[in-house]
Amino acid sequence: MMENDTLYDKVWRSHSVHERDDGMTLLYIDRHLVHEVTSPQAFEGLRIAGRAPWRRDSILATADHNVPTTDRSQGIEDPISRRQVETLDENCRDFSITQFPMLDVRQGIVHVIGPEQGASLPGMTIVCGDSHTSTHGALGALAFGIGTSEVEHVLATQCLLLKKSKNMQIRVDGRLPPGVTSKDIILAVIGRLGTAGATGYTAEYAGAAIRALSVEGRMTMCNMSIEAGARAGMIAVDDTTLEYVAGRPFAPQGTMWDQALAYWQTLKSDAGAKFDAVVQLDAGDLKPQVTWGTSPEMVTDVDGVVPQDDSVDHRNALQYMGLQPGTPIEAIEIDKVFIGSCTNSRIEDLREAAGLIQDRSVADNVKLAMVVPGSGLVKRQAEEEGLDRIFKSAGFEWREPGCSMCLGMNADQLEPGERCASTSNRNFEGRQGKGGRTHLVSPVMAVGAALHGHFVDVRKWMP
Amino acid sequence: MRPFTRLETTMMPLDRSNVDTDAIIPQQYLKSVKRTGFGKYLFDNWRYLDPGTLDMDPGQRRTDPDFVLNQDAFAGAEVLLVRENFGCGSSREHAVWSLLDHGFRAVIASSFADIFCSNSYKNGLLPITLQAEEVNELFEQVAQDPAFSCVLDLEKQVVRGINGRVFSFEISAFHKHCLLNGFDEIDLTLQHEDKIRAYESQMKQAFPWLFP
Repeated sequence: MMENDTLYDKVWRSHSVHERDDGMTLLYIDRHLVHEVTSPQAFEGLRIAGRAPWRRDSILATADHNVPTTDRSQGIEDPISRRQVETLDENCRDFSITQFPMLDVRQGIVHVIGPEQGASLPGMTIVCGDSHTSTHGALGALAFGIGTSEVEHVLATQCLLLKKSKNMQIRVDGRLPPGVTSKDIILAVIGRLGTAGATGYTAEYAGAAIRALSVEGRMTMCNMSIEAGARAGMIAVDDTTLEYVAGRPFAPQGTMWDQALAYWQTLKSDAGAKFDAVVQLDAGDLKPQVTWGTSPEMVTDVDGVVPQDDSVDHRNALQYMGLQPGTPIEAIEIDKVFIGSCTNSRIEDLREAAGLIQDRSVADNVKLAMVVPGSGLVKRQAEEEGLDRIFKSAGFEWREPGCSMCLGMNADQLEPGERCASTSNRNFEGRQGKGGRTHLVSPVMAVGAALHGHFVDVRKWMP
Repeated sequence: MRPFTRLETTMMPLDRSNVDTDAIIPQQYLKSVKRTGFGKYLFDNWRYLDPGTLDMDPGQRRTDPDFVLNQDAFAGAEVLLVRENFGCGSSREHAVWSLLDHGFRAVIASSFADIFCSNSYKNGLLPITLQAEEVNELFEQVAQDPAFSCVLDLEKQVVRGINGRVFSFEISAFHKHCLLNGFDEIDLTLQHEDKIRAYESQMKQAFPWLFP
């Protein structure tokens, strides 16, 4: 029986505290990541009930959604944003929770700093009041987003009451062509499955193309699992995972490392594992992807056209996006470019993006092209490698770390009607600002669009 | 949590699929540190023509008369009727808080996103999943008679429409029990405090690196 388990089955079982007769499981949570937007009401709930956090050392907090990406030495200008960040500071102080405050070099997007610090480890259960918590599954962890009531529940009990999901394998064989990235794989997967295609499943990404990805590339894939409806996405532990984790500040050291390693090496689906659904793609067939609508499933190849469809949702999307069916994707001009977010703001993303610039400049019709590193440490690393100079001399703005224009809770927003090539994860109506039009792409595709002022097929431009 | 048993009410039809939580409540309102007061921002980008912020008075903003929430016929409806994959995207519980604060107590859809569904249960908002054809039938009933009242009976797990139409729905025994009684899940979990402590002692031996 043991040899037929999926990776998800294994991590789930090892965290089951109690199985109820009604099919619900009390699941133990190892790591709780906290940010300023979805936690204040949970801390308030704890206070009202007179409860304390069950395990303070399981919690790591940072402010990422509201923080400015320009000079922050003077604090946050918007009083409402400032109040929310100060509330997190107060809660962390009152409950003795480890926090990386805004001016700490370790501050950043919660889904970037967890893995970066080794606070997210293989085999862990990891939660955060944020749907993109699925990111951490790239390390062989079971990681998923929760609501604020669940944040309070984990704070108070270290557990969640959950029903186990079904297992889906998303198998990507073959080899990615130059100019095609893990972002294009996941966008193609979402295009295939639809935004609800994996609802009720935990997705495991497998196959040669996934094994060939770096941990950063794998995080991009797991990050967007939720855009296909899957609350969690996972990838088996291999040498790439272990090399990534080794030596990070919160990772085990010495004999503890050896002990952990022996366990982590078992974190893969068994040969006879049973999946309730299997989806297969060949990486070699993939082209750079561009979304054209208001849902991540509305995506096509860069050499394609805006599709024709008579459904109400399709018509609403095209009207909002200001596009006509049949328009070639490469003919779509853009106003702004955003390189950042928990999907694509890690060092590898910035290296790939900078690599395409080659002494060229941002096109005249592009009003703003900005690069927002995922953390203070990513920013510092990029600056040590000289990437900031490449971006700045091409006309990109080089900013401080945070969620930024992925959702525009800080000052970084689109104006009504503005069209943006964005490396983020959601192209919903109003996501980057009321009336803003978002096209999701990979970092190299965003740079290509910035340099030409419209989408281009970067396969023709790769160095 | 307010218990949910039986409800007789009109419905507000919102004929859309994949309604995401950004549409239910946009990002600028997530800056509030409270759980209450979100109802006036429900579907903000669709109901108002001009942009808003937390410190603006919504009464001063221009509303879109074509949007269903602004139509008198549906004022007071306690059930929202939508198509598939309602509540997808962001995990923001503010989406559920804004629906409840506006006065909705249940949502009927042909499918829901996972996180939205669990957030609903935690706050006493009843998510009812019906077959797509049944949802369609309800849309037709509301189109014919916006004033028609349906009955939601959680105990019997049925929605009663007009002409004797009865649609049954599934719900887990656990969530039904919690909703009917208005139970707080934290209290239920803390009944197993000894099991959690026993699990932790066991794991400290097996996976010591998780307990630095």
